[in-house]
Amino acid sequence: MAVETDFSQDGKKLTIKVKGRFDFGKHQEFRDAYERQPDRPDSVVVDLKDTTYLDSSALGMLLLLRDHAGGDESDVRVVHASSDVRKILAISNFEKLFDIS
Amino acid sequence: MPAEQALTVLVAEDGAADRLLLAQIVRRQGHQVVTAENGEQAVALFIERRPQLVLLDALMPVMDGFEAARQIKALAGEALVPIIFLTSLNEEEGLVRCLEAGGDDFMAKPYSAVILAAKIRAMDRLRRLQATVLEQRDQITRHHHHLLNEQRVAKAVFDKVAHSGCLGAPNIRYLQSPYALFNGDLMLAAFTPAGDMRVLLGDFTGHGLPAAVGAMPLAEVFYGMTAKGYGMAQILREMNAKLKRILPVDMFCCALLLNLSMQRGSVEVWNGGMPDGYRLSVDGQVLSVLNSRHLPLGILAAERFDDSTEVLPLAPGERLLLLSDGVLDTADDQDRLFGVQRLRQVLADNRDPAQLFDELMQALERFGGRPRDDISLCDIRMFTAEERVPAPMIYSDSGRSSPLDWSLGFEVRGESLKRFNPVPYLVQLLQEIHGLRARTGSLHSVLSELYSNALEHGVLGLDSQLKRDVQGFADYYQERARRLGSLTGGFVSIDFKVEPHGDGGRLKIQVRDSGAGFDVQRVLARPSRDQGLSGRGLNLVRRLASDARWSDGGRCAQVEFVW
Repeated sequence: MAVETDFSQDGKKLTIKVKGRFDFGKHQEFRDAYERQPDRPDSVVVDLKDTTYLDSSALGMLLLLRDHAGGDESDVRVVHASSDVRKILAISNFEKLFDIS
Repeated sequence: MPAEQALTVLVAEDGAADRLLLAQIVRRQGHQVVTAENGEQAVALFIERRPQLVLLDALMPVMDGFEAARQIKALAGEALVPIIFLTSLNEEEGLVRCLEAGGDDFMAKPYSAVILAAKIRAMDRLRRLQATVLEQRDQITRHHHHLLNEQRVAKAVFDKVAHSGCLGAPNIRYLQSPYALFNGDLMLAAFTPAGDMRVLLGDFTGHGLPAAVGAMPLAEVFYGMTAKGYGMAQILREMNAKLKRILPVDMFCCALLLNLSMQRGSVEVWNGGMPDGYRLSVDGQVLSVLNSRHLPLGILAAERFDDSTEVLPLAPGERLLLLSDGVLDTADDQDRLFGVQRLRQVLADNRDPAQLFDELMQALERFGGRPRDDISLCDIRMFTAEERVPAPMIYSDSGRSSPLDWSLGFEVRGESLKRFNPVPYLVQLLQEIHGLRARTGSLHSVLSELYSNALEHGVLGLDSQLKRDVQGFADYYQERARRLGSLTGGFVSIDFKVEPHGDGGRLKIQVRDSGAGFDVQRVLARPSRDQGLSGRGLNLVRRLASDARWSDGGRCAQVEFVW
């Protein structure tokens, strides 16, 4: 699986790991990762440790996730982004929408 | 089983006994049989009856099986007509010749009915597979042509909308890959009524039709509002709100919007998600980088949208280079990207800015080898006064004589001064005076100058002398934003009085502000070369209006237009 999900023990935090290229090819898998969960998590962490590349459709997918998680009220964090990936997130100023570390 | 569908099978065999035997075996399997005694007859029968499968003796008089196989394969074209060679040849070389002549299989004498039946079935499966592949290929080709045609038509329609502006102006050089639109790239340019040039470079997420669809409303907002003289902030807000409303959540538009003002010697920039643009000196040095400071359009709700712009000085001959990420993401044969560093190297190596555009294109070609279809590149030179193209006039004469005896008072106060720019509305209103329509550009310039003077130097108390040099220029606009942000009181009032005058009429404009006023004589007496980046406004107003004067210690400006 190129997109893996993991719930914290208390079931409140959902972690989504994306491996390899994060582009339109991952669209369905990424959606399934948060839509097919029985319970709505309080917070979502997108772990990009093993993400090699990210394109603008991935930015769109992050927006969909944010919308699903409650829009402006959502708690979505993006973690472990490589410097290349961070650059792409920075050009679009996504740190204004997501907690990126 | 559909595989048992009856076929027409051609049997070519010179021995009469073998021919009869074969024909009988094949007929018993339910197929139709046509027979030939030699290769020449076989080819003739193939043309006449178009059998789906051929059993061919290798050694025959008149024309042997090898030659017949070559001719039949050539006649069959792309369709697979399986040929099974019938042969007593046992040596390898003979069997290889059968296959090389176009045979698909061979069958040794004496014939086994069971094996022959199995081979015919196997060959029929292959034949039908090939037919399916060909049919699907043709279908894909038809769809592809259809799609290309639709794109061509859509592009023609879009070009009418998108290129109604001034991308062809002499100070702009641009490149947009022919189908960049279908990759979501968008380039628009137009003059404001005051003669400023406005340019937008945009890039929608995604590819294909969905990306192209959003471009249309964006172009309409851009051209409509630019023609009416709305400011950058208002256009940005409208574009953002419109895209937010119509686009799905995961779609947005990265955009870089520019306003080049010859009168102010400045460029105003807003960049949301586009790659860095570059401001270049007359000799090609990078003066500053126009980097992305905002989220792209169509993501944030109106109340969270940030329309703050950056104002930088731009003298005639200085340039701006804008590009889409297609330029930076151009890949070489090892999938390495062109990237910012190589771009900066091209900028550093450049000696003549007029050649920069070509040098960059050459560098991309050398690097990439395969050109991408989503490259947008735009080089804009700050124009000189002589180059200014007049804004297109929009006449909508109703035929009725225009009202010529009225007055109007308008006052913007406190909080409203922070966001609201009344100039476009007022210019729109003055369009009702037909005798003034030819001077809409001048009216817009004069009202814009008077309003921004009243706001910046009057209400906000900013000193235009600050704008003497580049650093001062930046400080000025930062200070402007700061003071505007903390503004609580103050007003700018605008009064119009229209009256008949001779055969035509007269418009009196009075702009008054709550500021401390200024020393009118001293500012007007200042020689224009000393004004540097500041104070051009007053002289412009004097030049464009029929009459202009200041009273009440500089707090009140009175301007007349007579026609």
